[in-house]
Amino acid sequence: MNLSRRQLLYLLPAAAAAWEFVLAGTPEAAPTYHSAEHWWGMLLDVTKCIGCGGCVRACALENDVPDGYFRTWVERYHVDDFHIESPVVDSPGGAKEGFPQSTLTGGKNFFVPKFCNHCVDSPCTQVCPVGATFHTADGVVLVDQNYCVGCRYCIQACPYGCRYFHPTKNVADKCTLCYHRIVKGLTTACCESCPTGARQLADLKDPKDPIHTFLKTHSVQVLKPHLATGAKNFYNGLDGSVR
Amino acid sequence: MVPLKDISHLLRMAAVFLVGLILFVVLRGAFLPKSFGKYGHYRGDALAEITARPIAYAGHQTCESCHPDVADSKAHGAHVQVNCESCHGPLAKHADDPTNLRPEKPDITHLCVRCHSENIAKPQGFPQVDAKEHSGGQLCDTCHHPHSPHFSEGAKK
Repeated sequence: MNLSRRQLLYLLPAAAAAWEFVLAGTPEAAPTYHSAEHWWGMLLDVTKCIGCGGCVRACALENDVPDGYFRTWVERYHVDDFHIESPVVDSPGGAKEGFPQSTLTGGKNFFVPKFCNHCVDSPCTQVCPVGATFHTADGVVLVDQNYCVGCRYCIQACPYGCRYFHPTKNVADKCTLCYHRIVKGLTTACCESCPTGARQLADLKDPKDPIHTFLKTHSVQVLKPHLATGAKNFYNGLDGSVR
Repeated sequence: MVPLKDISHLLRMAAVFLVGLILFVVLRGAFLPKSFGKYGHYRGDALAEITARPIAYAGHQTCESCHPDVADSKAHGAHVQVNCESCHGPLAKHADDPTNLRPEKPDITHLCVRCHSENIAKPQGFPQVDAKEHSGGQLCDTCHHPHSPHFSEGAKK
């Protein structure tokens, strides 16, 4: 093939643009579930959470999470009027058995459920040296446990502390947003078991999803927005003291 | 045109680079999983492996298809938004084999207080009690039906 200099100069930018699509990959061919048609996130209503720990138990049962490790957990905040920047936070046993009555009185008290934010620009995926953690086309961050080398870099990189080192598999483990459930049209185990509707799975690409109305009519925040991770856990009624 | 002189050292270096490049391509082909890069910078087969996991929670739609009577009794009570497996636990196996795998009844002594015991951090208006003081040691289902608990006047939903 003979290329003139002019032709090469035309080709190079086109190739650079095409490379983006090569890196992005193509969505998988599944018969009923088309990942490109979904974009998953979750709505967490702090004003509804009662700290029962139902989500923590359901997650452990659905996903075989080992004892003492958590893909999701609930924190209890106590914010004193004079120290609104330094809340007292506890989460006994990840709230798997709920919370005992607080020993602290007064102030502002509330529960905050936490788990992987399935960030759009996730730090954990960026640091993986082997490509064992990745983004799916529908916005879920997953770990390929058969490919993970167990270097723990991603566990350090997650600013939300949502990853742990699996004690028997010796690989990184985290919330999968119940990927095995959502591709079947089911909601996650934590959302299924939440008795108050404080957790609701949301499909942002579904125009009929109630999340759109909710986001327009409520003051919603994500955790650590200054880190620009593109977190997709939307918190309603979140206090500024929550980190 | 100046003839190329004394280029043998360059050729040797080029040969070393070429061998290195060939080795890299061969080893990459040997070690990289076949499905790597199919969808993105990861092993494509991992998606199928992750989605193959069996479910434990059947989902309330599945429960309601066989137990519409319970769904009806829940429909107008305060527990309308509480899904079946929230209290009864994961029952996908029961849904697959309803006759042989019968679920156990939840233990009322622990079940209700998980949500309804008093806690300072619970939202105001959520019904919460000091169980001992409230019932005097009686089980909750003595007075309240779990699928549709009645409320005394003044109590909020």
